[in-house]
Amino acid sequence: MNGVEPRGPRPRRVTIARTGLYAFLVSAALFFLLPLWIMVVTSLKPMEEIRRVNIVALPATVTFEAWAKAWSSACTGLECNGISVGFWNSVRILVPSVILSIAVGAVNGYALSLWRVRGANLLFGILLLGAFIPYQVFLYPLVRIFSTAGVYNSLPCIVIVHVIFGLPTMTLLFRNYYAGIPIDLFKAARVDGGGFWTIFLRVMLPMSTPMLVVATILQVTGIWNDFIFGLTFAGRENLPMTVQLNNIVHSTQAELAYNVDMDATMLAALVPLVVYFVSGRWFIRGIAAGAVKG
Amino acid sequence: MAAVSVRDVSVAFEAVRVFDGLSLDIEQGEFVVLLGPSGCGKSTLLNAIAGLLDVASGQIFIGGRNVTWEEPKDRGIAMVFQSYALYPRMNVRENMSFGLKMAKTSRPEIEKRVHQAAGLLQITHLLDRRPDQLSGGQRQRVAIGRALVRDAAVFLFDEPLSNLDAKLRNELRVEIKRLHARLGKATMIYVTHDQIEAMTLADRIVVMKEQKIQQIGSPAEIYGRPSNLFVAEFIGSPQMNFIKGKLEANGAGLEFVSGKRRLPLSRYQFTDRPSSGQEIVLGVRPEHLETGEGGTWPGFQIDIVEPMGADTVIWCSDEKDTIQVRTSGNRKITPGERLALGIDPTQVSLFAAESGDRL
Repeated sequence: MNGVEPRGPRPRRVTIARTGLYAFLVSAALFFLLPLWIMVVTSLKPMEEIRRVNIVALPATVTFEAWAKAWSSACTGLECNGISVGFWNSVRILVPSVILSIAVGAVNGYALSLWRVRGANLLFGILLLGAFIPYQVFLYPLVRIFSTAGVYNSLPCIVIVHVIFGLPTMTLLFRNYYAGIPIDLFKAARVDGGGFWTIFLRVMLPMSTPMLVVATILQVTGIWNDFIFGLTFAGRENLPMTVQLNNIVHSTQAELAYNVDMDATMLAALVPLVVYFVSGRWFIRGIAAGAVKG
Repeated sequence: MAAVSVRDVSVAFEAVRVFDGLSLDIEQGEFVVLLGPSGCGKSTLLNAIAGLLDVASGQIFIGGRNVTWEEPKDRGIAMVFQSYALYPRMNVRENMSFGLKMAKTSRPEIEKRVHQAAGLLQITHLLDRRPDQLSGGQRQRVAIGRALVRDAAVFLFDEPLSNLDAKLRNELRVEIKRLHARLGKATMIYVTHDQIEAMTLADRIVVMKEQKIQQIGSPAEIYGRPSNLFVAEFIGSPQMNFIKGKLEANGAGLEFVSGKRRLPLSRYQFTDRPSSGQEIVLGVRPEHLETGEGGTWPGFQIDIVEPMGADTVIWCSDEKDTIQVRTSGNRKITPGERLALGIDPTQVSLFAAESGDRL
């Protein structure tokens, strides 16, 4: 042997496999970061510099002019109010859609998992089946239904659409979560005299923080990023940010304002990003706090 | 009038019938333990009494009232669960008062009852804690407290001590017994697979196996006169010894014969009319075997000695049987010794080999 008596922690050696692993991870990270980098630096450059200089280079002169323009005065077709209009539209669509879809999904999941609803499995199967049918199939029939009902092209219309299409996933999420809760807890609440709603509101919902956070992440990002439903059902007044972003990028006169486009895109991506950063922490905290254990 | 009366109840899950026509009467103030291995249906029966399961047929009466179609909360019951089932987002006080709040009890009354129950269970100092800040034993005390405040006529316990370690289990077992004595008229139905809990707590034990009641009786009856081989085997630790043999008639009466061994049965109380030549199983508890002078069954050799402190269990065998004998703990015994066993025929149990029923 080499004469060293083993003692304490085993020495770590740099192996070829390790090096390769890190090389791969770093290059993968760079690959995904590159577009963001280009967006950020481009957004801070004046147009003249964009045309002249390499796209990955740092800006020589930093200007926030493009940001302001993207927010408040970029043109979407004929109107030139920037993407802020779309932002507030999206918020108006997002808030009720997220709250309603989670509320309905949670109640659904609770009823399906704990109350032995007759035919629960069949109902659930049908619901899931709905999730696998491509959205495009629903578009035209839904347009017909909504226009017959007289709500087509309105805020309630787009909210209803988001709630309907969020239902399978939300129900699945909450059904599985409540199925994992010790059944004794539900029995105890029944012996204590809780009814359907009392048990849900007083016992089950307070335990559901981790699932509520997960559901919020899913729904906020899903609904915020939605394009086709917004375009189809929201109506001209309520077009969400994604649709307006598309309009800004495509309705250019004279020259392509790359910096404005980049800014508008980043502004549109901001909300999901914030949700990930803020709730990601909560999410982990919720699990770590042992909230799931009885 | 029985406090709880289960009349010809059947329970079915989907197409599978769990029980068929099970009946049971429990008197007021009685402590009844439903005992059996897992899957014997004891918890199902308890859930049916609680109203947490719908019965497929039959009736359930509590306090003389037909509650077959009633909701759990209207049955006048309180229940304690194996997993404690405390509401994780409420503190101890809120946990204990939840049921009373649901029943729209006045605030001072709730406060009074919670304090009374907490005092009784010595958990007053824990009232503001959350369940995740409590130990297992404390959680189960709270769960019992939550049942107590309901002021129910019937308390249902579903394996309440099975999640606790041995020491706590003993402590809480005594506590439950004390509680029953203090509450006086409260009827308790207690489900367990632990025979010690059953023996120590019960006024009457209901031994169950495969969804059927095997025997109902006081702990002494169940232990001393088990009604079949299953009960005999299930109750008692170390286990009862079983020796296969035959009944033979001779001049003085019937005799148990197994190879060279014989045991006259003239003093044995038969419950059934036996016939000579019948194949039977002789059951004898380890503490009813004599190892002193005058053993009538010689030829056993000691294999293993298990000292348990107060007493010692000897495993001895011959070429045919292995037998456990319980003797006093201060005797010196070494493996390899030869032994002759003496049996008192009034203390044995005889079972028909075919049906397993007591003779």
